[in-house]
Amino acid sequence: MIIATGKSSLIDEMKVQSGQNPAECYQCAKCSAACPVTAAMDLLPHQVIRYLQLGLEEDLLKSKTPWICASCFTCAARCPRDLDLARMMEGIRLSMLRRREGNKFGPADLTPEQLEKLPQQALVSGFRKYNK
Amino acid sequence: MRYRYFPGCTLKGQAKSMEDTAMAAAAALGIELIELDEWQCCGAVYPLYEDELISLLSPVRTLAAAAGEPLVSLCSACHHVLKRAQELMQRNQDARHKVTDFLEVEYSGEGRVLHFLEVLRDDLGFDKLTEMIKKPLEGRKVAAYYGCLLLRPSKVMQFDDPENPTIMEDLLKTLGAEVVKSPYRTECCGAYLSVTEEGVASDTVARIIDSARQAGAEALITACPLCRYNLENCSREDGKEPIKVYYFSELLAEAMGLPGESTGADGSKEEVAQR
Amino acid sequence: MPRIGIFICHCGSNIAGTVDIEKSIEAARGFPGVVHVDEYRYLCSELGQDLIKKAIEEHNLDRVVVGTCSPRMHEVTFRKAVTEAGLNPYLLEVANIREHCSWVHKDIEKATPKAIALLRAAAAKAALNDPLVAPSVEVEKRALVIGGGIAGIQAALDIAEAGYIVDVVEREPSIGGRMAQLEKTFPTLDCSACILTPKMVEVAQHPNVSLLTYSEVEEVKGFVGQFDVKIKQKARYVDPVKCTGCGICYEKCPAKTPSEFEMGLAKRKAIYVPFPQAVPNIPVIDRDACLYFRKGRCQICAQECPPQAIDYEQQDQIIERRYGAIIVATGFDQMNPSHYGEYGYGQHPDILTGLEFERLFNASGPTGGKVVRLSDGKPPKKVVFIQCVGSRDKARGMNYCSKICCMYTAKQAILLKEKVPDAKSYVFYIDVRTAGKGYEEFQRRAAEEYDVAYLRGQVGKIFPESDHLMVHGVDSLSGKTIEIKADMVVLAVASVARADAPEVGRLVGINSDSYNFFNEAHPKLKPVETHTAGIFIAGACQAPKDIPETVAQASAAAVKVVGLLSKDMLQGEACTAEVNQAECSGCLYCEAVCPYSAISPVEIEERYHGGTLKRTVVEVNPTLCHGCGSCTVVCRSGTINLKGFSNEQILAEVDAICLQR
Ligand SMILES: Cc1cc2nc3c(=O)[nH]c(=O)nc-3n(C[C@H](O)[C@H](O)[C@H](O)COP(=O)(O)OP(=O)(O)OC[C@H]3O[C@@H](n4cnc5c(N)ncnc54)[C@H](O)[C@@H]3O)c2cc1C
Ligand code: SF4
Ligand code: SF4
Repeated sequence: MIIATGKSSLIDEMKVQSGQNPAECYQCAKCSAACPVTAAMDLLPHQVIRYLQLGLEEDLLKSKTPWICASCFTCAARCPRDLDLARMMEGIRLSMLRRREGNKFGPADLTPEQLEKLPQQALVSGFRKYNK
Repeated sequence: MRYRYFPGCTLKGQAKSMEDTAMAAAAALGIELIELDEWQCCGAVYPLYEDELISLLSPVRTLAAAAGEPLVSLCSACHHVLKRAQELMQRNQDARHKVTDFLEVEYSGEGRVLHFLEVLRDDLGFDKLTEMIKKPLEGRKVAAYYGCLLLRPSKVMQFDDPENPTIMEDLLKTLGAEVVKSPYRTECCGAYLSVTEEGVASDTVARIIDSARQAGAEALITACPLCRYNLENCSREDGKEPIKVYYFSELLAEAMGLPGESTGADGSKEEVAQR
Repeated sequence: MPRIGIFICHCGSNIAGTVDIEKSIEAARGFPGVVHVDEYRYLCSELGQDLIKKAIEEHNLDRVVVGTCSPRMHEVTFRKAVTEAGLNPYLLEVANIREHCSWVHKDIEKATPKAIALLRAAAAKAALNDPLVAPSVEVEKRALVIGGGIAGIQAALDIAEAGYIVDVVEREPSIGGRMAQLEKTFPTLDCSACILTPKMVEVAQHPNVSLLTYSEVEEVKGFVGQFDVKIKQKARYVDPVKCTGCGICYEKCPAKTPSEFEMGLAKRKAIYVPFPQAVPNIPVIDRDACLYFRKGRCQICAQECPPQAIDYEQQDQIIERRYGAIIVATGFDQMNPSHYGEYGYGQHPDILTGLEFERLFNASGPTGGKVVRLSDGKPPKKVVFIQCVGSRDKARGMNYCSKICCMYTAKQAILLKEKVPDAKSYVFYIDVRTAGKGYEEFQRRAAEEYDVAYLRGQVGKIFPESDHLMVHGVDSLSGKTIEIKADMVVLAVASVARADAPEVGRLVGINSDSYNFFNEAHPKLKPVETHTAGIFIAGACQAPKDIPETVAQASAAAVKVVGLLSKDMLQGEACTAEVNQAECSGCLYCEAVCPYSAISPVEIEERYHGGTLKRTVVEVNPTLCHGCGSCTVVCRSGTINLKGFSNEQILAEVDAICLQR
């Protein structure tokens, strides 16, 4: 792998809008140890930050992990570097929604049963997180 | 004790029983909850990117509508969004100007933003509540399930100790229940992943329920409709007796001997949905 | 009119790289009173000093200004140089154009005028400098060591061996410090007590050493060479002369309380020695636990003591002594990790700190040397060690690395394997840091020969489940999340400053860093000195450190003390306060702010309209004055002045900077 040296606009934007600087992470991986939903992730949370540190924008945009993140804030609560990883995850999601992929999920993806039973809160959060 | 009250969408729909029981309890306790006129959905999730100002319009409008009076909600998610939006308005002047100018309201972060549990603990006091308990939940083994949104980020929410909270256990004790503590009570249930990644939510839910069962709980309480949905709907069939999930307010009303208590006692989702 | 010479140093490119020397020289020639200006590459060098000396002679200079580094670095050098050329040393002025200018600026266009302003100010002040003479101070040939851990013990022994008298003040009933709590010591695994006890005995028996245990320093006054110290020796309620150390009293005492030495894992009696090898081996009665002191009944110890050494009437004693020098060696504490809710420390008996775990190995420890779970007494088969709990953590802990934990964790994992051969250890680490002689090899042995699994990552949370602890962690190298069904968890918590370190610092007049560790005078070149002359620091009170480093520092501090005590006289402070009593209104504000009690009121008689009038004014005791200048700021009539830093001189500097742009 050749490490990207060029500028990554995604990562620069992410730094400003999330107020988080990936360089502050020393890769203790406590976030990954704390995260409740790693089983479904292809990159562990600390690896996402590592990719951010290395400027691996393309790989990040392909990763499932940001879409699995539940915004539970457990990682941020326990990070010894006081980083808010949940904000960075949101940043990657938003960048993808804003510039590339379009919506990740729409009403048509819901089963009638889901539509009936899911609390409104779940629908709104789902659309907020996966839609633009 | 007078408060402005923000119900939020879910409490007018699927989680009506949370509102009904809480309102009944509040009335009996002399807590006046005055619903805001013309409120809108809080947005359900707090925008974590600071340029997502559009998602702040609705919560800030709500905050401004409270006009400095203490603002109470019952749903964890609503409370989370309102509390964090308030913190942003206090901290980030630029965002504040943009949002308030757009909305044409005056708001600079004032007023207490409270969850109803905080009203019970801090303003009324659990010892005061004890006096109002007519039918203590004797012998009922209940565990509290906090989830994420009330506790984290603790610097903003300032709700309770984020890793070792006690507020719901203290409430349960007051209601006369046998308090069961499970180590997974602050772990995430999977939140909105149940919409797109049901498998993930099933894993998280299974852990929470297994751990509560192991600790000896027969029922769980929560303050979040989505947590309740996940706990009830995403648990895997494992042949074991499903654990009952209540809104905290349902058990509160029941212990206070208020009409409608049967809703809580049953706790089945069908019944809740019907009402 | 004074004849001022100005000398500007390039400091290689340190100054010349950012300050235009030519322009500065040009400007300096125009300052009032300046008759000579020169520059040199390294003014502090011998050739540079010669340049100054020669110029003084040739140009008949009576004031010298050097534009150099901070006076902290070289004021002494240049004062010596001008003295050799026949000037009073206080006629030299330093303009700090390095730390205050070239090092903090990048732009030569801006740094140059600033350097010129600083030089102009120094010249304006120099014009008003008076020759001063520092008084001589006799040196009291006795040293004080505060803290009787391994640092204090080593320092005291070295001073005593050099032939000087030394007192050791230790707060606890016994000397020994944390090292006494350890089982074996890395990297050689020699038994801690076996190497510490001989030193404890040696220091106790040394004819030049007095141990003042169960004692605390109450007050420190004076200055280098003559510190006047008040020490409170707390009542032991046991007569040290009669006591034979038989131990019958604590055998019979019915009152129990948690033992500090055992980190609360075991109980001790109300009358106790902290550990079997305690020095001195004389018990103390803990008033808060003693039935007699609490309820007025019991006195069993007094009845049982064969030589009748128990004395309930004993009182605290105040000892007042003068010392020439002081070493502070008060050591360190362990962070209480309860606020890391995810680890559940304090909520489960099998979640321990490293120091608590260390006690389980000790034959006289809470489990009699058996490594077992405190919950059920069974030997642990799976032990998880978590490093960096509270260290390297800016969110909830300390920013720094505690330095010793990587090594003692490896040590404890090895010791565990020796005691419980079928035990398996897992160490969660962020980085393994083992710089030190034999250290890396030691840690590798743990991993390679003792089957210790090193997992690079951290623990998210510990979930207690029935009879075990579910540890959820991650191994970042494999990218796998890990769950370990552990029997015990050991937290390598941060080493932190003693809770009372700020007070001790205030008492002796030394400062600390933002973590409350005492500051050395220079991070590289003055590691045991402090900014207060005559006060030195050693051991873990300066920063977390292991025993070899502690001992090296203690010996270094001892050498400094011995060097000081070997002098009969020291030069005192020349820049002391002086008051013009005619203008003093007697408000006594200065007396209130003086930290060294150098100012006292006196009554004077003055002629007034033909009669005499008695009036209160102040006087300054120049031997007590440290020249801090606090008094000059509060003086309402502006009549108390610091010699060498008078109001006129300071204002002349300000004027030179502000007015003459
Ligand atoms: C779990 C653990 C394991 C360790 N294992 C090893 C090892 O294997 N090898 C190794 O090299 N190092 C080890 N260390 C480090 C070692 O303990 C320290 O390097 C050493 O104790 C430092 O000695 P000290 O004298 O500076 O401080 P301390 O040992 O803390 O001694 C300070 C003394 O000063 C006294 N004191 C404090 N305040 C006052 C006061 N105000 N007035 C009077 N007296 C006061 C205290 O009572 C104490 O007796 C370990 C540390 C820990 C925590
Ligand atoms: S917990 Fe914080 S420092 Fe550690 S890997 Fe995650 S983001 Fe980096
Ligand atoms: S916020 Fe996202 S990444 Fe962080 S712990 Fe929760 S789910 Fe994992």
